[in-house]
Amino acid sequence: MTTQTATQKSLVVKVEGVTKVYGVGETAVHALRGVSLEIEQGEFVAIMGASGSGKSTLMNILGCLDIPTQGDYWIRNLNVAELDEEQLSVVRSQLIGFVFQSFNLIPRTTAANNVELPLAYQGISLHKRRERAREALASVGLADRGGHEPHELSGGQQQRVAIARALVTKPAMLLADEPTGALDTQSTKEILELLHEINRSGATVIVITHEEEVARAARRMIRLRDGYVVEDVKWVA
Amino acid sequence: MGGLGLREVWRFAWRGITANRMRSSLTVLGVLIGVSSVIVLTAVGTGSAVSVQQSIQKLGTNSITVSALGGGRFSRSANSNAKQLTISDATALNDPVKAPDVKSAAPVLQANGVSCTYGNLSSSPQSVIGTWPSYFEAANSPVSAGTYWTSDDVVAGRPVVVIGTTVASDLFGTDSPLNQVIRCHGQSVTVVGVMKTKGTTGFQDGDSIVIAPITFIQRSMSGYGSISSIQVEANSATTTTAAMDEVTAIMDAQHKIKAGGSADYRVLNQASILASSNQSGHTLTVLLGIVAAISLLVGGIGITNIMLVSVTERTREIGIRKAIGAPKIAILSQFLIEAMLLSLLGGLSGVLLGVGISHFTILGVKPVVSLSSVLLAFIVSALIGLIFGGWPANRAASLRPIEALRYE
Ligand SMILES: Nc1ncnc2c1ncn2[C@@H]1O[C@H](COP(=O)(O)OP(=O)(O)OP(=O)(O)O)[C@@H](O)[C@H]1O
Ligand SMILES: [Mg+2]
Repeated sequence: MTTQTATQKSLVVKVEGVTKVYGVGETAVHALRGVSLEIEQGEFVAIMGASGSGKSTLMNILGCLDIPTQGDYWIRNLNVAELDEEQLSVVRSQLIGFVFQSFNLIPRTTAANNVELPLAYQGISLHKRRERAREALASVGLADRGGHEPHELSGGQQQRVAIARALVTKPAMLLADEPTGALDTQSTKEILELLHEINRSGATVIVITHEEEVARAARRMIRLRDGYVVEDVKWVA
Repeated sequence: MGGLGLREVWRFAWRGITANRMRSSLTVLGVLIGVSSVIVLTAVGTGSAVSVQQSIQKLGTNSITVSALGGGRFSRSANSNAKQLTISDATALNDPVKAPDVKSAAPVLQANGVSCTYGNLSSSPQSVIGTWPSYFEAANSPVSAGTYWTSDDVVAGRPVVVIGTTVASDLFGTDSPLNQVIRCHGQSVTVVGVMKTKGTTGFQDGDSIVIAPITFIQRSMSGYGSISSIQVEANSATTTTAAMDEVTAIMDAQHKIKAGGSADYRVLNQASILASSNQSGHTLTVLLGIVAAISLLVGGIGITNIMLVSVTERTREIGIRKAIGAPKIAILSQFLIEAMLLSLLGGLSGVLLGVGISHFTILGVKPVVSLSSVLLAFIVSALIGLIFGGWPANRAASLRPIEALRYE
């Protein structure tokens, strides 16, 4: 029944009553206390909230990197709780692009090799993925840095490599957890522009941010506090 | 492999190995040391056992020696009617009816303190013995030049000798000693043959020897008393035990020893010495094998440690790979192939090094490499690499991506 509703509205994300509890008993931390959300294909969503409000916890669940304690989560019309380990890896590979605050590039591996990695796990031929990795790097303005290893790149450049890696598979949604948290204003601007470009090409973009101007640039803002959604506003650009 | 070809996995594994050369070479080194030390140590053990066997085999496994018990120092006090060995004992042993397994028996008479000269050169043989021609076969002592003297020479008591190579080189250098006349104990004797080189066993120089007809030694050097020992040869190595029983029966009759009485002679066989030395050689191999197993274990713990550390260190990387869509099987096979490549590389170079070292003489022993030790060392190290590379990788690949990413 719920599956039907999801397809009707062309939802890409549907979250219902999701909670997340870390630890047990006395020391248990309730990071999410019952979150329900619907996000449509092509939206640009900013998630805001104070430190510790549960933003990253929610994002990790949306990216299938973690599982909720309770509640349901559908991507497109797939009930994530019903997927096995292998199907989950296919979802991560085909539908999701994830950008971390701390870049998370594989060390001692060139930018080009980092970017082509998700394609390799999709079984795309070496020749094709080289080509697409080159294109993705060019689209983030790093056409000439493919041969460099992460430690030879600036923070902004590393984050752009990470974004290239996330968008190279042309995912249905791109999740970015404070992608500009470690960057200066100039790099922040460039990264944001990149995210909007990706959004314009059709992908759903969900970004966690502390900065009001980032949120203003989005078309929807969700605010979390103590594990609850306290604000969810959309405005027409 | 979830869309990912095996060739890709190999590529990732190779990249993983070359990305951290230090860690990879340490792993290889650990396997290498473990494998090569097992091979070398067991080779030394086997080698020493083999060399002991060979030196005993030179004496001949068919040979049986009958010697008088306490014929010298202890005889009077311990056993007053102990008889010495005589020529007639030796004659009695050459009995095809009573002793069918005995091929020949020859009396051996030792002359002491004899030195020989040729011109102004001299030699002091460790042993000068008188015997019968059958001695040459019984003692496994063929002649390399000339011939040995015959039964006729024994009957006539002719002054003819066969000499060992040490005596030959003392007196003649590189010249041929054949048909030359030398002087031993003031007697002129003719050299008719030279023994084949036997080599040295401990302090015993098997080539410092002069062998003459027993009648000649009795007449000119030692007198007609008792003889030193009797050299018996069995028909074959397998009948040696039967031959010993026959020798004992005949000797008991000769010396009038009643059943259950204590004999005044001793029957000794090379095979029994060989058996006991095999035993000690085996003990040595086992001992070195244990040492080798311990070093393999220590090497194995080293490999285990490096594998554990490297996978733990790379848990974050595993998390990243999972986050971007790597299936568990792809990660697992990458790490298994990495571990396998490192173990194989270490194992192969360990085999090469071990076999190489075993070509040298170590502590006076020529090592003998056994295939089983090579296989054992190789397989054990490969298994250790696979298990302790695969197990933590499996653990890490089973984590949720976020758990692996948070891993410190
Ligand atoms: N692995 C974990 N184990 C235990 N508690 C955790 C874990 N991860 C997060 N938490 C707790 O859950 C709550 C929410 O954390 P979360 O990381 O989602 O916050 P956040 O909104 O992303 O904060 P920030 O803006 O600082 O990144 C916090 O109180 C945090 O301490
Ligand atoms: Mg966070």
